Amino acid sequence: MSATIASPTENSVMHQQTLYDKLWNQHVVHVEDDGTTVLYIDRQLLHEVTTPQAFEGLKLSGRKVWRLSANVATVDHSIPTTPPSEGIADPIARLQVETLDKNVREWGIKQYFEWGDPRQGIVHVISPEQGSTLPGMTLVCGDSHTSTHGALGALAFGIGTSEVEHALATQTLLARKMKNMLVQVDGVLPAGITAKDLVLAIIGRIGTAGGTGYAIEYAGSAIRALSMEGRMTLCNMTIEAGARTGMVAVDEQTLNYIKGRPFAPKGEMWDQAVAYWKTLVSDPGAKFDRVVQMNAADIKPQVTWGTSPEMVLSIEDRVPDPDKEKDSTRREGMERALKYMGLQPNTPITDIRVDKVFIGSCTNSRIEDMRAAAAVVRGRKKAANVKVAMVVPGSGLVKAQAEREGLHKIFLEAGFEWREPGCSMCLGMNPDRLEVGERSASTSNRNFEGRQGTGGRTHLVSPAMAAAAGIAGHFVDIRHWK
Amino acid sequence: MEKFTLHTGVAAPMDRANVDTDAIIPKQFLKSIRRTGFGPYLFDAWRYLDEGQPEMDCTNRPRNPDFILNQPRYRDASVLVARKNFGCGSSREHAPWALLEGGFRVVIAPSYGDIFFNNSFKSGLLPIVLAEAEVDRLLHDIQAFPGFRLTIDLERQLVIWPDQSKSLPFEVDAFRKYCLMNGLDDIGLTMRHADKIRDFEQARRLSQPWLFPLELN
Repeated sequence: MSATIASPTENSVMHQQTLYDKLWNQHVVHVEDDGTTVLYIDRQLLHEVTTPQAFEGLKLSGRKVWRLSANVATVDHSIPTTPPSEGIADPIARLQVETLDKNVREWGIKQYFEWGDPRQGIVHVISPEQGSTLPGMTLVCGDSHTSTHGALGALAFGIGTSEVEHALATQTLLARKMKNMLVQVDGVLPAGITAKDLVLAIIGRIGTAGGTGYAIEYAGSAIRALSMEGRMTLCNMTIEAGARTGMVAVDEQTLNYIKGRPFAPKGEMWDQAVAYWKTLVSDPGAKFDRVVQMNAADIKPQVTWGTSPEMVLSIEDRVPDPDKEKDSTRREGMERALKYMGLQPNTPITDIRVDKVFIGSCTNSRIEDMRAAAAVVRGRKKAANVKVAMVVPGSGLVKAQAEREGLHKIFLEAGFEWREPGCSMCLGMNPDRLEVGERSASTSNRNFEGRQGTGGRTHLVSPAMAAAAGIAGHFVDIRHWK
Repeated sequence: MEKFTLHTGVAAPMDRANVDTDAIIPKQFLKSIRRTGFGPYLFDAWRYLDEGQPEMDCTNRPRNPDFILNQPRYRDASVLVARKNFGCGSSREHAPWALLEGGFRVVIAPSYGDIFFNNSFKSGLLPIVLAEAEVDRLLHDIQAFPGFRLTIDLERQLVIWPDQSKSLPFEVDAFRKYCLMNGLDDIGLTMRHADKIRDFEQARRLSQPWLFPLELN
């Protein structure tokens, strides 16, 4: 028996462990007296924004990349969503992309899905797609939405640039174990309600700091029933609940998703891997420091109204009234948010008109999201007051699949734009952004001030809700869409 | 990384919760491939009335008179006191870099975004957690007494009021404290365990070979 795999027998002798406990314990190389742990990292994902300073740091200190094959690189944040043949007009963004090209070449990173490669795309879309995210892994990336990969039973979290350099140089990170939180969602999500509505409702319930210091495991019959894409959406926005990492236990669906992907094990090694992966579930009776229970049947379509993801309501609600808030910090926060968002208290959410629609981002740009939006748009036209409705698939492979299904035609016929893959208007580092005062219905993950463009106003919703807002010109209840 | 032992400086109030890293340093500045040059754009969308662009000269940009850090009394501030969940959101380490370059060495808040908290230690910025009631009191004192200066003694783990009238203890992990006090590059410290990492990796290569598929090609 190898020292690095705890067999189920060993686990049952030891105390009952959560999935997070198991993943953590599997990667401990060394523990300092104060609990600071040298944690082994199996996979690092690299992109153009948070790596240039890390590679420069390595070079300045004369260090090497510890294990080249652990790294997978792509470009996503700064690139435009126009065809690569048209190039990058912004010289600063161009230099950033060229710097990644150069670093990948100079350091010898083997897996690079460069701009123009049909497999290029948002880092959190392409890694699972390629089978480069596997259960039981530790996976890091200089991006907070790395929590996405926990959907496959991996321990995945976002890091800063110093840690990108640390992981490149040592194949480890210095970390401290977090507490365990279980978010248990049972029951059946009503028709039209998606993982996006669920995660927004969870954030609304526990708040943007509710998960701070915790690793979250999502469990329950409603989570089991989610597709892998849905689980990725859920884990993706874990960081918006304050937790660095979120995860879902391995089940048959996980295995079916991974099987046959380019980096997935094959043949005998597949069987060996599956035998281990099946142990990646919380033991019955494992102890969680905090448990949050939700009933899936209660979830309604969610729309954010303010400048923090916790400022979220259902489509049936009205914009809140700060006069009714007793806590002064919260009241001032609400007043500031309403002013920034240009909203009046007590306005029905369905009366809010939008200027732009964005369907994309690492939260909602997978094939299932494209299908959900297309189903709403089919045979209709974009509302006259909506200046732009932009659909940005998460990867070249998602784009190709959508085109095989004819989804792009549905969008184009409705007056929606069909773009090339990238992060796009989720954070507006490229030319896709909101202008001052413009309001969006967006399937992305953050409604912070200026996130989608200086002075821009973001409302976070599901793909179907965003598509419907693009057709109606204002928010509508997708449950009544005919 | 600059060593941190004892620091005394003017404290500035940021009386709001959930200050996210997008607000600390907006995305357009993240296109830079350098580690420096972010200071002038710290809180850019709040500090200035026009839209900031990378490499812009900020000398003559219109300043927002309502933004607290634009008040002359906080011009030389080096301790920022804020409400809960400071630094939530994006993992961009450009946020602590911008704060450091903007003159700050310490942030005091009731809680932080986990990634920001971690990044701060790596960059030499000390994030201190104090109870909400203490932060309330600090925000009040800062605004009541112009030139209010705090001393932060990392070794003794104390936040000390101007006239030494009061001091409050704070918690910090021993390892992080050690690195910060000695200005240590933690990659160097981790490399002391290089043999252990290699052994661990080798065992993993044997037990979970599917994690190393790129090496099979």
